[in-house]
Order: sequence, then structure tokens, then C-alpha cells
Amino acid sequence: MTMGCPENSSWKGCVQDAVRRVFSGGPVYLFFLGLFAVLLVAGIAAGIHSVYIVGSRHAYGSTREIPLAMLIATYTFFVITSTGLCLVSSIGHIFGVERFMPIAKRAVLLSVITIMSGFLVIGLELENPLRLGIYLFLSPNFTSNIWWMGVLYSFEVVLLILEFIFILLDNHKASVAAGLLGILFGIAAISNLGGVFAMLNGREFWYGPYLPIFFIASALLMGCAAVIFFTVLAYRIQREPLESPMADALAAVGKLAGLMLAVIMFFTIWRMVALAVGGTHELLVRDALVSGPFAFNFWVMEAGLGMILPFALVLWSAGKRIGPLFLASALVIFSSFFMRLDMVVAGQIVPMYWELGVREYARLHEYSPTGHEILVVLAGVGLTGAAFLLGEKVFQGFREVEGAGSGSGGTPEDVAQEPRSASKGKVDV
Amino acid sequence: MIFKSLDAETMLKNPEKISEMDRREFLKIGLVITGVFAGGSILSVASAADKIFPNGSIAEKYPYRPHYCMVIRVDRCIGCRRCVEGCAAANAVPSYGWRTLVLEKVVLQAVGQKREFIPVLCNQCNNPPCVRACPVTATYKDKKTGIVMMDNQKCIGCKICMAACPYEARYYNEERGAVDKCDFCFETSLSRGGKSTACQAACPADVRVFGDLSDPQSRVYRLVHQLQQPVWVLKKDTDAKPNIFYTKG
Repeated sequence: MTMGCPENSSWKGCVQDAVRRVFSGGPVYLFFLGLFAVLLVAGIAAGIHSVYIVGSRHAYGSTREIPLAMLIATYTFFVITSTGLCLVSSIGHIFGVERFMPIAKRAVLLSVITIMSGFLVIGLELENPLRLGIYLFLSPNFTSNIWWMGVLYSFEVVLLILEFIFILLDNHKASVAAGLLGILFGIAAISNLGGVFAMLNGREFWYGPYLPIFFIASALLMGCAAVIFFTVLAYRIQREPLESPMADALAAVGKLAGLMLAVIMFFTIWRMVALAVGGTHELLVRDALVSGPFAFNFWVMEAGLGMILPFALVLWSAGKRIGPLFLASALVIFSSFFMRLDMVVAGQIVPMYWELGVREYARLHEYSPTGHEILVVLAGVGLTGAAFLLGEKVFQGFREVEGAGSGSGGTPEDVAQEPRSASKGKVDV
Repeated sequence: MIFKSLDAETMLKNPEKISEMDRREFLKIGLVITGVFAGGSILSVASAADKIFPNGSIAEKYPYRPHYCMVIRVDRCIGCRRCVEGCAAANAVPSYGWRTLVLEKVVLQAVGQKREFIPVLCNQCNNPPCVRACPVTATYKDKKTGIVMMDNQKCIGCKICMAACPYEARYYNEERGAVDKCDFCFETSLSRGGKSTACQAACPADVRVFGDLSDPQSRVYRLVHQLQQPVWVLKKDTDAKPNIFYTKG
């Protein structure tokens, strides 16, 4: 039997069962499903209105001076999360680390969902997305990072879908093969995404090898955070306690998250130190981040809520308490959006003609997102949220793998704190 | 230090014949005055093109026929901005965009003239970051003229070329459904037998000199290769190898 669908039942029966499970999810579940669906539809409508009816110049906040803005930041947010989920899922599923095994299926599905959310947002940002589908193949530019990004992510999403299908069919060898290829394409794609910015040598804040490496580290952190966040939510949806193997897995993921938080903090510290001895553009960006228009985002949203507080929560959890880990994960996910936004926008705030000292470029460029842009961002959130909620019901919380249903009762926190000698000591994270 | 005397006339007539020793002497002279000027990097007075394009024969340095470039004599600019208007009229540039701009610098502490005008436009780089970044070759370096062109039908509107351009010379044109930029009036003039650009034609002070850098008899060649005035480019550090030169006189 595959998840939620007995082998002798028809597809029609499976679908009917899945629909029944969705509608029996309870009022809270259905409320959030409806809310995310509304966000998705409203965001798509806003994007279509912006690009095809009034024109993005009127609807979006991006300008000639800051052409890459919130929607590009959102795209990077989703695809970095997707690659992170793929990487974290692979630790158990591909590389055989037992404690990470239970998270694999949900993580692979979430990886597919988040990458599709990224595609949705970028699709509503591009002025002519249909031409991309044509000329990506008919007129390729092999020196372009965006061309490679399109190709690598296309392969990755196909491989992720194949991996998930093979997992559902219990075809372990095929799923491992697809997963392994998915990791390779994922890492290539995420570092290349960093290269999209890092190879623009006219943009000193982006230019250099920092971003491609940082994106890989950031992806791992986002993958950990997303696994913890969505898994805890999934158990709430299923109204079941976190059983021992899954609680163990989340504790292990939490430790990895703590490590990656430390890595990201050191990345950030050295980045800021390096900026302090950089050129004029870099100094201006550093000042904007430390004491200028981005100071609140940097100190509160990025450093405070995105690094220091989550790190403290991870330490407090001591690898046992799921509650603090869940809160830390939610904070990391929330704040990383601002991290992406700051990274994208701050790289463009210094005018190209700043050195000339001319009147037209005497001030740093400014950017404010518009309502249309925010709605498109929410479309991505809506797709992720709705698809996650549907996935949990359609695939019945991935029970066969996780062994759910054996429920030992109690709250997730209680269960997580119980001794788990069966799996302890098997994983070093 | 005693420099070997240089015969500029001979050099201009036979640029391919410049000896390696002459090149070194030129570079030494250049180093004396190399610095930052008006935000741009001053090039050796004698070898401005050498600094931008690889050393070698004229055919190697200027691989296009014609190798279009523009020399802007900034001290002549009076800031009337007729060039901007002429460009907009000739190329149907909308009010929200620009292909060329005249920037204004005010230095109140300066002795005498306190304002300077600096025209800017696409630098038609030989190593254009925008062309490298475009995923679908919607923007490309024309193999014959070296002009950085747009194929509007291919542009997906990702705007990465706008972010990549060190000169902020690109904008998204709603009417064209593509990113738009200066093409040295190729579409509206050069391809129809014209010899000048709209901005050059509109300028009452002969600020902008447009021509073929591969032709030693052209004005642009002589302005770039003269000894008397410094020649510089903007954003030299990006190694984009621009074809817009700035000088005075």
C-alpha cells in the first residue's frame, strides 16, 4: 500500500478518499486552507494585473535604479528553502543517517512545493515569461547565470517530483538515484543563484565568491527550519502527538540548525567586517545596514530575530524540547525573508554614478514595496501553505514511513523529552 | 629621468609600427598623471586606447569595422540637454526613460566655473556585463559594428541586464515590451546610411564626437590618441572596456 491509497483501490477511489479527508479536517484546518487559497488567488490576480494590465512600472516598486526588488528576494527565499529541504532530507534518505529518516518524505514534498512557489513568484515578476520558455532553448546564453538557473532548477524540480513519486511507490533505489541527482542539481542551482548576483562586477556589495557559498549555508539552515516548522504543524493538523522516531529526528535537525545558525552568524560578522574595509560602495552599504535605512531590518529582523534569538532558543531546547525549536524555526523562516530582501535591495542602493558627485545621483536610491508586490509575495506563501495543508491530508501525514498511529499520547513536548535510547547516539550532527 | 623623444605624428600615421620601447615610454608618461578625475580613471595621455583595449595591432585593438565610439568633450557642454531631447525624439524614448542623460556637478568651492556637465549613455562596452548576464541573448554585441544591440522579441523582461550595467544605461520600455538602450541610433540612422547620432547632431557645442575608432583619420581616433589632453573613461575598474571616452578641449 502507498500512502493514503490501498493497492487494490482505484485512482478515483483514492481521490475521493483524499477529498473526504481534506473536508473532514475540521474548522481550523479548513479556515487556513481557505485563507491560503484566497492569498494564492489574490496574489496571482495582482501579478497578472500588474504585468499585463497596468504595467509593472505602475504596480511594482522596482525601478530603473533598483530593478531587482522584493519579488526577486521572495524567489530566492523560496528556492533557497527548497534546496535546503532537499539537502536536509537527503541526510537520512540518501546518505542513510538513521535519525534523519523520518523527515524525508515530507521534506521532499515541501521541497517541490517551495520551488513551485518560487517559480510562481518569478513568473509574476518577469515581464514576458512565455518568451523565457521559448528562448531559453532556442537562444541560450551559456555565460548567463540566469540561463543556468533556469536549466538547473528545471532539472531539480523534475528530479524532486520523480524522487517523491518513487518514494510513494516504495521504489527505494529509484528514489535514491533521483534524490542524489536532485542534490547535485540543487547545490549547483543554489550556488549559481548566488552567482547571479556575485558575478555582477559593477555591484560591489554582491560581487565576489561570498554569496554562492553563503547561499548553500543559508539553504541548509532554511531546510532545517522548514522541516521542524512544518513537521510540528503537520502533527497538530493530524491531531497526533510527536512519536519517538520523529521527535528524535527533529531534535537532530535542531542540532544541525544550531550549527548552521552559528555558521550564518560568522558569515554575517565577517561580511560586515570586510565591508568596513571595502570601497566606497561597500562602506555606503554597510552604513545603510548598520545605521541607515536598513538598520531596523538588519539589527532586529536579521540579527535579532533571525540569528541571536533562534540560536538562544536552540541552545535552550538542549536538543530535546520541540517547543523552543519550533519557535526558533518560525523565527528563522520569517526573518530570512528580510535577509533576502536586504541582500537584494542593498546591493543596488548606491547609484552607479555616485563617484561623479553629480546632483542627480547625490542620494542613495530608495525602494518601498507596493501593495501589488506584497500580494504576489503572499501568493507564494498561499501556494506553500495550501499545498502543505492539502499534502498532509492527501498523503495522510506520511504515516507509513513515520509509523504514526502508534500514538503514545501526550503533547509533543512531553514526548520529545522522553528517553529515546533506540536511536540515540547514532547520529553526529 | 630622460624620456626618449617621441614622434607623435609618425605614431598616429602608423600606429601598428609603434615599438615596444615606445609603448613603455608612453606608459611611463601616463603613470605620471594617472589618477582619478571626475569619477573616471584617467588613462595614459598617449595610450588611452591601450589602457582600455588589449595591446596589439589596430585590428586587434579595434575588432569591429567600423568600430563605433564616442568622445565626449565635457568642458564644452553647456547643459542645454538638447542631446537628450534629440535622442528622445529620434528614438521614441518615453518620458519615464532615457537613453542618454546630462549629469550636473556643482562645486561651490571651485574657483571660476562652478558647474560641470557630464553626458552619459550606454558605453557600448567591448566586454559588456549586460550581454554576459542576459539568459536568452536578447542583448548582444553586434559582430560588425560592436554596438550593443537589443532583440526586443527575445527579451523576457528579467531586468538582470539593468542590474548588470555599470552605467545604469538601460530601462524597461513598456511600449517595446523589452529593455531599451542606446544603440548609437543604429536603428534610426546608421542602418539607413546616416553617419551621426541624434545626440551628436543636436549638440550646439560639438561636445559629442561620434565616429570610427578603427580609422586613424577619424576625429575620434585623433581625440583618443592625442597627447595634449587627458582622456578617461567611467567605471574602468569593471573591466567592461567601454567605448565612450571623455576628454577636454
